[in-house]
Amino acid sequence: MIKLYDYELSGNCYKLRLFMNILDVEYEPVAIDFYPGKEHKSEWFLKINPLGQLPVLNDDGFVLRDAQAILVYLASKFDRSGKWYPTDQPELLGAINQWMAFSDGITSTSSAARLHDGLFYDFDIEACRAGAHRLFRILDEHLWFEEKQGNSWLCSADHPTIADIACFPYVILSEEGGISRQDYPAIRRWTDRVKRIPGFMVMSGVFPAGPAFKQQNQEMSA
Amino acid sequence: MAMQRSQIELEHELRDDWHVIADIESFAGSDRCRTRLFGVDLIATKTEEAMYEVTRQDTGKAIEWAARYGFLWASLGTPARDIVDIPEARESDRYLVTGGSIAVNVSGLRLVENFLDMGHFPFIHTDYLGVEPHTEVPPYKVEISADDEIWATDCSFFQPVASPTAKGGFMVDYIYRVIRAYTVSLYKSNPTQQDRMDSIYLFVQPVDEENCVAHPFLCYLKDGMDEATVRWFMQLIFAQDKPILENQFPKRLPLDPRAETPIRADASSVLYRRWLRSHKISYGAIAAAD
Repeated sequence: MIKLYDYELSGNCYKLRLFMNILDVEYEPVAIDFYPGKEHKSEWFLKINPLGQLPVLNDDGFVLRDAQAILVYLASKFDRSGKWYPTDQPELLGAINQWMAFSDGITSTSSAARLHDGLFYDFDIEACRAGAHRLFRILDEHLWFEEKQGNSWLCSADHPTIADIACFPYVILSEEGGISRQDYPAIRRWTDRVKRIPGFMVMSGVFPAGPAFKQQNQEMSA
Repeated sequence: MAMQRSQIELEHELRDDWHVIADIESFAGSDRCRTRLFGVDLIATKTEEAMYEVTRQDTGKAIEWAARYGFLWASLGTPARDIVDIPEARESDRYLVTGGSIAVNVSGLRLVENFLDMGHFPFIHTDYLGVEPHTEVPPYKVEISADDEIWATDCSFFQPVASPTAKGGFMVDYIYRVIRAYTVSLYKSNPTQQDRMDSIYLFVQPVDEENCVAHPFLCYLKDGMDEATVRWFMQLIFAQDKPILENQFPKRLPLDPRAETPIRADASSVLYRRWLRSHKISYGAIAAAD
């Protein structure tokens, strides 16, 4: 079975738990004492990932690090719909990878701010927040223009892709780093849509979409 | 903005007491830690094995420190009493672990009050400490003990996953105890040995009136459990509370009985607020009108 070296409060680990839940892939989480134990920097863990970072996936001996790389792997291996990472559509594939790289920028700003505020990491908090707001402005405008063209997702398709999964966690957790999403209405509408993807699950600090609304939506589309 | 008061006004009961300022594990790989207690910036330095120095940044003066239960403690005044005693810490069949200190942007008194509350379990800790439709908090007893602590007893709640080793839901018995203004603990049925209890102590560090650090200390029976899982579960639960706590308004705890409307399930919180009033503790609170 797939093993996920996991930390509950990590948004990058959460995106893999979320995606495996959506794809209905069974896995065994291995809880790493990231905080305060710093187990991801321990000698035994550095042998698994010399970068000392989570998450890491072990699929029957095949070891892969980097959340975005793991999303690509999971989609390519387990997504029977072929929609989450459509390798036969060059433009869509390029856009997905562009937004997955963007998600690393969200990690180094919004996630860093959260680590500073909650877990005492020694970062320049003002720089983290300013960096996150700059990216959120770009994201919000992009989503607004996509909506104008009738698109609900990060990449121009009528379905979500792994780019949405990659960007979602550290956007939705931004307030824990003192980064309000008040000024980004298109982002707020998009996070609500992500929460209604079948198989969506939460992590601590992320709240589900209202069940009544979901029911109403299903009745309307029925 | 947090209102800062001069130290002259800080209640003696708080000033002349011990407060956790760091998890000792946070010194791994570094010998210095910056923190803040009652609005005073502190620098804690590890001078040698198990020896520390804690100094105030404003005056440069060294203050009293102690290392116990895996935490570094300090006092801004002259401690009038010892650090809280934890009898379970002497039982060899328990894990004694610090749960991971987490900063929360709200008054520490709000944290204590949230810790006492069972009513939020099904809504905030859904599928772990509670689940709908099991939302009712059965009546419980709450009183002030002979040594001036608040004890809530005969508490019970239906929990689907009460603890990391729980297999299936059960009615969990709880005892809550407010030991000091910023220190609270709970005892709950262990899922494998239901006649014994696991305990969690929450030492709240008042960073300033509207910011605190939660320092949990966990005493779980080892039976069928491992240490990493104990921490995992504590952080999972606490991180569910964090956004709720940070969105409480006002950020300080109102002590006026008319400020917020309690229900029967809030009996322990009502008594806690009254206890704070009688102890004349106002740091982190909005005082009641006379």
